[in-house]
Amino acid sequence: MRARDTDWEGVRLHVVTGKGGTGKTTVAAALALALSRGGRKVLLIEVEGRQGIARLFDCPPLPYAERKVGIGLGEDGRPGGDLYALAVDPEGALLDYLEMFYGMRHTGQALNRLGLVDFATTIAPGLSDVLRTGKATEAARRKANGRQVYDAVVMDAPPTGRISRFLNVSVEVSGLAKVGPVRNHADTVARVIRSPQTAVHFVTTLEEMPVQETLDGIAELRTLGGLQLGGVFINRVRPHGVPEPDLEAAMAGHVDEAEIAVGLKAAGLPDSQALAAGLSIELAEHARNVALQERERGELAASGQPRYELPDITDGIDLGGLYRLAEVLRDQGAA
Amino acid sequence: MNPPPATPPRLNTDALIDDRRTRIIVCCGSGGVGKTTTAAALGLRAAERGRHVVVITVDPARRLAQSMGLSYLDNIPRSVDADFASGGSLHAMMLDMKRTFDEIVEAHADPDRAAQILANPFYQSLSSSFAGTQEYMAMEKLGQLHRTNEWDLIVVDTPPSRSALDFLDAPQRLGRFLDGKLIRLLTAPASPRRSYMKVLNAGFSLVTGTLTKVLGAQVLKDMQTFVTAFDTMFGGFRERADATYRLLQTPGTAFLVVAAPEPDALREASYFVERLAGERMPLAGLILNRVHRPAATRLSAARSLAAAETLENGNGPGVGTTEAPRYALAAGVLRLHAERMQLAARERRVAEHFTAAHPTVPVAEVVAQPEDVHDLEGLRSIGSSLAREPELS
Repeated sequence: MRARDTDWEGVRLHVVTGKGGTGKTTVAAALALALSRGGRKVLLIEVEGRQGIARLFDCPPLPYAERKVGIGLGEDGRPGGDLYALAVDPEGALLDYLEMFYGMRHTGQALNRLGLVDFATTIAPGLSDVLRTGKATEAARRKANGRQVYDAVVMDAPPTGRISRFLNVSVEVSGLAKVGPVRNHADTVARVIRSPQTAVHFVTTLEEMPVQETLDGIAELRTLGGLQLGGVFINRVRPHGVPEPDLEAAMAGHVDEAEIAVGLKAAGLPDSQALAAGLSIELAEHARNVALQERERGELAASGQPRYELPDITDGIDLGGLYRLAEVLRDQGAA
Repeated sequence: MNPPPATPPRLNTDALIDDRRTRIIVCCGSGGVGKTTTAAALGLRAAERGRHVVVITVDPARRLAQSMGLSYLDNIPRSVDADFASGGSLHAMMLDMKRTFDEIVEAHADPDRAAQILANPFYQSLSSSFAGTQEYMAMEKLGQLHRTNEWDLIVVDTPPSRSALDFLDAPQRLGRFLDGKLIRLLTAPASPRRSYMKVLNAGFSLVTGTLTKVLGAQVLKDMQTFVTAFDTMFGGFRERADATYRLLQTPGTAFLVVAAPEPDALREASYFVERLAGERMPLAGLILNRVHRPAATRLSAARSLAAAETLENGNGPGVGTTEAPRYALAAGVLRLHAERMQLAARERRVAEHFTAAHPTVPVAEVVAQPEDVHDLEGLRSIGSSLAREPELS
């Protein structure tokens, strides 16, 4: 039984990246739900101002504040823990930073009206990244009454193409600030990101471009060194009920149209010949897709990272679908 | 009863690229929807129909770039090696935003000053990572290529931004930033207009004090040197951003919004359509990319599933229990078909939502290709899928 023993014991900060359009936010949310099983308290953070979490959990747009958005998976008759969410924007993070380190919240707010906060967060490359990753690392380490406030923090991070830069904060900031408070802050953030408490997960589908980006992203993070690579979450996997030998035959270009027609007729469907022709085309296309997907799966396997497969939710993702994905992740040992 | 779903007018991309008055096509949309591929496919098709085309891509996938013979990023339009019987031609380039920025500096400052600017650390981070620089430089490149008059059609792929709208706002933001009062206020001590700033002194030291706290003194110092050296060039940035903006409003420009048939992508597309209308920018239509179409549309998902169950449970009119295994293939194929019909229905539903909100926006569809594009043949097949009349289902 791996019910208690998950693949990421000891990880407190889960960074979830992936190519745009692969369902990164959905997977991050499902992972957060899975992690908040059995009374554990989890924070899900989004950093790109898309309000994707609010849409998924069907709640009003999230402010820059930690709000409870759901309850995790139940376990052994116990209800799940609380899932909190936070939408981090660079402005809010800068104000937060000014307050936390300098007690300057009011000054910050005054400057914000002058457009300074916007200015500082957009002009200093890396500053806005440091502030956003800083918020996540702070939440992951936060303690109250000697206890960790959150058992885990899941960050819906920027897409694969930008992830290494995003996480390589101290280097990015050092280009600007050689010494000084931001540099020190960045170094603290970098220590957490580069500790065994943090893992970087990749979301992909079984398509060429997302898989290629995933492999490139993994290679890039390996080059950076010091970052713990996490799992590869293969999203939108479509099941198929076609018997294996038939699928293999179809891959080789043989579809037994006559046998399909006989079956269709037996099921009482009219015009079985013409229908069988159409369905044969669909089977041939499907077989080709499956073959391509197998190839992509093989490439992902070669990365050597643990892999999890999430089914496609044909009706579109709603809250129910999210819990289903969370269960799948739990069953596969991801959380 | 539900009202019948709205049917959008068909977007005729061939008519668009055949019309010599179309000089610029901008492909926009959220990330991961296939903008770059669409831009390249349209460019190829236009060249094959006799246009002299240049495609500006931003950060293309490696294999797509290779399919057009682009192996590296060098900021210069390269001829795509293909035989155009039509007499047309195709060039493609990958945008190098830092190079483009450097070129502007070199073109507008004397050599000494240009060298000083290029070496400034603040300039270096601004030109390689300021949010919006890529968008600004894409628009700058578009303006430059347009002015050369070497091509009669420019197809632009917009940068992969968080939101499709970034690309309209970012150039102005950079222009505003570089011309802005704030940058002058912040850098006042290094500027000759120092006395004029005295009035603002209290506010000024608050601002610089905070910036120094947050960023460190060095950043502020680099910024001041940069602003002093850059001084004469400031006005130009805003002007250029405005000029490109106006170019985008001319009738020779056509915007194509690209979206996958998924709620998020179409929501972005919807925002974009509204925004374009607000800015009086000419929208040609929506390209619905990677649409799935079952081959046998007459059998509904529900009937298909029911038939599969009949075969699996062995209780159909011609099915005895012992015969069930013989029908495993048919049952599997029926389940597969049901799934495809459901997927197609879901895609149609989100597309209908879009059309209900924007009934006049023409739509063209590109059928999902099993494999990504590797060569010109792949681009060609996307171009012809785009031009095909949709099948009535």
